[in-house]
Amino acid sequence: MANESEIKYLTPVAVNTQRKKYCRFKKSGIKYIDYKDADFLLKFVNEQGKILPRRITGTSNKYQKKVAQAVKRARHLALMPYVADLLK
Amino acid sequence: MVKQYETVFIMTPVLSDQQIKETVKKYQSLLADNKAEIVFEHNWGMKKLAYPIQKKTTGFYYLIEFKSEPALIATLETAYKRDEKLLRFLTIVLDKHSIAYNEKKRANGLKSQQAKKQEVKEAPIIKEVPVIDEPLNTEEN
Repeated sequence: MANESEIKYLTPVAVNTQRKKYCRFKKSGIKYIDYKDADFLLKFVNEQGKILPRRITGTSNKYQKKVAQAVKRARHLALMPYVADLLK
Repeated sequence: MVKQYETVFIMTPVLSDQQIKETVKKYQSLLADNKAEIVFEHNWGMKKLAYPIQKKTTGFYYLIEFKSEPALIATLETAYKRDEKLLRFLTIVLDKHSIAYNEKKRANGLKSQQAKKQEVKEAPIIKEVPVIDEPLNTEEN
């Protein structure tokens, strides 16, 4: 019986292969983010209704600013909540 | 310099249909009197608010897209502020991308209203790669 530590692999085992994040706006060529489309904007907020950071969504800086602007406009028009619980 | 704007306002749900029409008419005429060109209007109707405003949980949304001089916006917004029938309003400038987006959205909306989209996606025809029949460079004797 071989100890587990003795098992050797020919190729290193891929642990946690992260897929590369990408900006969905750049990829699909979206130029304008509509504040009226609350269902779409829901993808960029967490369940408390807070805007998700770039490091999680992968959005580029240029479009993150536009996402934030759109979410804030939607909030002002009561299309999205400022604070929520169990939004999703 | 004429710019294109988009304005949305929310009216209180206590208004009757007649009062809603009057309110909308008031702003339409305000825009028209100040030489603004109304491009598009859309009545979203009664919608539930995401959070209560002035203890109301619903409201009538109305959207107007128009072209005007920037000076008109101040007059429009003062009129909004003085109006007690409104819960909220938002006026934004449209840039070229948003104008294109709105036009595309409208065109799609019309299409779906008139007739169901007939999107027959044909299988892409794979063109046969032309084989060039070039005579091999045979050495001429």
